[in-house]
Amino acid sequence: MTTIAIPPGMPQYDDVPRYDVARVRADFPILDREVNGHRLVYLDSANTSHKPRQVLDVLAEHYAQHNANVSRSVHTLGTEATEAYEGARAKIAAFINAPSPDEVVFTKNSTEAINIVAYAFSNASLRPDADPRFRLGPGDEVVISEMEHHSNIVPWQLLCERTGATLRWFPVTDQGRLDESGLDDLVTERTKIVSLVHMSNILGTVNATARITARVREVGALLLLDCSQSVPHLPMDVVDYDADFIVFTGHKMCGPTGIGVLWGRSELLAAMPPVFGGGSMIETVAMSGSTFAAPPARFEAGTPPIAEAVALGAAVDYLTGIGMRAIQWHEKELTAYALDALATVPDLRIFGPAVPVGRGGTISFALGDVHPHDVGQVLDSLGVQVRVGHHCARPVCTRFGVPATTRASFYLYTTTEEIDALVAGLEQVRKVFS
Amino acid sequence: MQLDQLYQEIILDHYKHPHGRGLRDAEGGANTAEAHHVNPTCGDEVTMRVATDGSVLTDISYDGMGCSISQASASVLHELLSGRRAGEAFEVHEAFVELMSGRGQVTPDEDVLGDGVAFAGVARYPARVKCALLPWMAFKDAAARAGVGVSPEVKA
Repeated sequence: MTTIAIPPGMPQYDDVPRYDVARVRADFPILDREVNGHRLVYLDSANTSHKPRQVLDVLAEHYAQHNANVSRSVHTLGTEATEAYEGARAKIAAFINAPSPDEVVFTKNSTEAINIVAYAFSNASLRPDADPRFRLGPGDEVVISEMEHHSNIVPWQLLCERTGATLRWFPVTDQGRLDESGLDDLVTERTKIVSLVHMSNILGTVNATARITARVREVGALLLLDCSQSVPHLPMDVVDYDADFIVFTGHKMCGPTGIGVLWGRSELLAAMPPVFGGGSMIETVAMSGSTFAAPPARFEAGTPPIAEAVALGAAVDYLTGIGMRAIQWHEKELTAYALDALATVPDLRIFGPAVPVGRGGTISFALGDVHPHDVGQVLDSLGVQVRVGHHCARPVCTRFGVPATTRASFYLYTTTEEIDALVAGLEQVRKVFS
Repeated sequence: MQLDQLYQEIILDHYKHPHGRGLRDAEGGANTAEAHHVNPTCGDEVTMRVATDGSVLTDISYDGMGCSISQASASVLHELLSGRRAGEAFEVHEAFVELMSGRGQVTPDEDVLGDGVAFAGVARYPARVKCALLPWMAFKDAAARAGVGVSPEVKA
């Protein structure tokens, strides 16, 4: 038994924050629906989370009552919309303990946020007067890892192609942990940026960043953490983590699609050249040339996703109301339960840490030699929604010698009964393909 | 939707006991070519090799890895098209593509499609249509490379 659950009645039971999962579930209308004649069992929150009524209501109310463009109108609606939009920025800054709301840049998603940083490097590399920390060329290095989502691989591959810099990466151990054994050889004076996933979307691994951060500081490089899978699930404090940039996306944390965040230290954002040009990001425009607004506006060209940002602010309020420590603990107990339960399924192989330590509630596995598509299809017929495929992390699949995996992922509304339904569904899969 | 519409016995049979699997060298004199196709969303892969004397597809061999639907589809393709005249083969190809693009509204002709009729249920699962078509699209490319005509484009 790997379980770390503390039984009710034990003195330690009250030491961890808890919440009533049934009451939380009642906030999510979609959890009531049926799929293929069965009660919905949603185990795909790493892909996208569901949205509570509190967020849906704010989204609808914004359009119904406060709709106007932001940062460019003197009228009442424009002021209300701007206040709501900037208010959301402040909420999100507080949520991750950012020193200032101006360090929060709204983007479309994590992918766009990473691309903004990569293109800022690219643009700076073309300008001799740009901040040298962002100038890249042959001989310089960018470091990522083998467990990245494609969104934290491809932008850097493209950047290295454009600038002549070299892309290097941390390998992954057989247990699905980051292999830091070569840290000092990998992160060197040649390194300009280390861009690392905080929690793997496929292995579930939560990377310990302290040693890497220390090395990054030692060599004078920058550190970006891809927190797409961590900010929704655990307390994040950008000061404590001592990162330079973090990125995350709203739809995985009870918010709408189309809104994400790039957080950067203000001094760094101020040193970055713009990436997208257009309205809102300028200071003054003349036919002979333009000057640019200070961050965050510099990186928010055009009309932003206003209602989505406001609704993300509501999502942050919702999560804060329950408590991120409580959510983290709930998922830790679920993960321990699920690892034990999955261990009872014959021929099941887990990719990633097999113990509920240094990992989150995202578990990838293979069931014998049944293809994950077939696993997912049979589970779907029972109402169980899991993700199958390479999870936009093909290098991880290659590392473990499989074309694809099946992945179950949990969130604040997931119950142990749903994990039981998954295990029962896997029995059905075995029957169909025996 | 009923799962057994998707996983018909015929499909599971072809998956568990594939016909003609494994890439083969052509008999003397035949022209061969192959195509490797990948489904980028799931990573399924198949290589189809076509051997032809210019009018008859003397052998269609294949290898791949993937889900039951894609691998069974390759087995059915081999069974249906190996040894057929190119023109006939492309008629069958067209019928299969039409079936898969029909969202479950097309009634397949067993005389034309043989075991391929078992895939009628797959057409109701939009996420799986590409799995079923993967070997057929690779076959089309391989045939073109081997110098035999191609059937119309897929309109899925």
